[in-house]
Amino acid sequence: MAWDRNQMAARAANELQDGYYVNLGIGIPTLVANNIPSGIEVTLQSENGMLGIGPFPLEGEEDADLINAGKQTISELPMSAYFDSAASFAMIRGGHIDLTVLGAMEVAQNGDIANWMIPGKMIKGMGGAMDLVAGVKKIIVVMDHCAKDGSPKFIPSCTLPLTGKNVVDLIITDLCVFHRSNHESSFKLIELAQGVSADDVKAKTTADYVVEL
Amino acid sequence: MAKKLYPDARSALKGLLHDNMLIAAGGFGLCGVPERLIDAIVESKVSGLTVASNNAGIDEEGLGKLLRTRQIRKMMSSYVGENKEFERQYLAGELEVEFCPQGTLAERMRAGGAGIPGFYTKTGVGTQVAEGKDVKIFDGEEYVMERGIFADLAIIKAWKSDDSGNIVFRKTARNFNLPAATCGKVCIVEVEEIVPVGSFDPDCIHLPGVYVQRMILGAPYDKKIEFRTVREKESV
Repeated sequence: MAWDRNQMAARAANELQDGYYVNLGIGIPTLVANNIPSGIEVTLQSENGMLGIGPFPLEGEEDADLINAGKQTISELPMSAYFDSAASFAMIRGGHIDLTVLGAMEVAQNGDIANWMIPGKMIKGMGGAMDLVAGVKKIIVVMDHCAKDGSPKFIPSCTLPLTGKNVVDLIITDLCVFHRSNHESSFKLIELAQGVSADDVKAKTTADYVVEL
Repeated sequence: MAKKLYPDARSALKGLLHDNMLIAAGGFGLCGVPERLIDAIVESKVSGLTVASNNAGIDEEGLGKLLRTRQIRKMMSSYVGENKEFERQYLAGELEVEFCPQGTLAERMRAGGAGIPGFYTKTGVGTQVAEGKDVKIFDGEEYVMERGIFADLAIIKAWKSDDSGNIVFRKTARNFNLPAATCGKVCIVEVEEIVPVGSFDPDCIHLPGVYVQRMILGAPYDKKIEFRTVREKESV
């Protein structure tokens, strides 16, 4: 039994603290917004120029001028604020955002992340991912433990073009959680999904890590 | 004061377009895209363009129209995932692309507009983006040098302008429109509404008129939504 997408998002949401300003990536990270623990208030940032993202609008209330970074229609909250893209990335690069949750294609044991390009295949571009991993205080990666072909994604060193070097703090997969307390130390396996053993993780991981369950 | 208002996009662009020029364009996805000006640039048949814009539109919208007509030689963008024609031209080697992290692209426009030819950022350190660029250590951390963008022309979309060219944007349609406006030798803005001077609270102007040389009334707009997402009405 591994975690499903929603359980992975819920695990990431456990990292949120009251008063945090948070940027959520596209895909599973977006689901974190539905799992914010009760009693905690966080402000979501959208890098296209908004703080205080509200829920999807009611039907008929969609506004083409009000979208998130995934280009989906959203709504505003009483405390929302708008700004331009340069100001948006000033707050990201300047270390004013507390936490970001991103997807990844590969994470290396030294904290490198690759999530923007497969040479010759995928050429969508990095969007704001390089700025986020360079500037946000805490970087959480949520990803499937293995790629569709079964190959591990937490590996000794990235094979794909990097998004950031030595930036990842926490990795949440469908099998487990790896954490490191600073950018000089190794990742530690700190948590297993229900029904998953440390040996299961070991069999599907090529990166070096310390077991500290 | 010299009149900034032009009757339409074609006349506003008169004398400003030439082959191989650099254009900075506002917009994020299909939100806040200067579509009237893009249509007029398509009509002008100017070619060999380099366009600095966060995205490249989708196949039939925004800058996608200028890609379809092959008037763009090079794009400077952060994300082009929604455009099949872009992908085809790029993989076939017909289109040059300079991928630029989104925040770096915005800052390069802002810097250009502020008279700053280069700056150091930690975004992209140790990645392909830093290759061939100066890397310098400040306080023990590596930073990569990025260049300000000085565009021949900026084209942007805004919500309202007053007669003097003071600009107000609406919600997330501000995005790249503000930094793009500042980095052009000439900036043309298309707006949904033009109001008399004195209509705006001077404390609430997003882009002062000094940055705007020409403007047009682009309305009526049929604004496009890329991904329409809604929630159910909660039952009482």
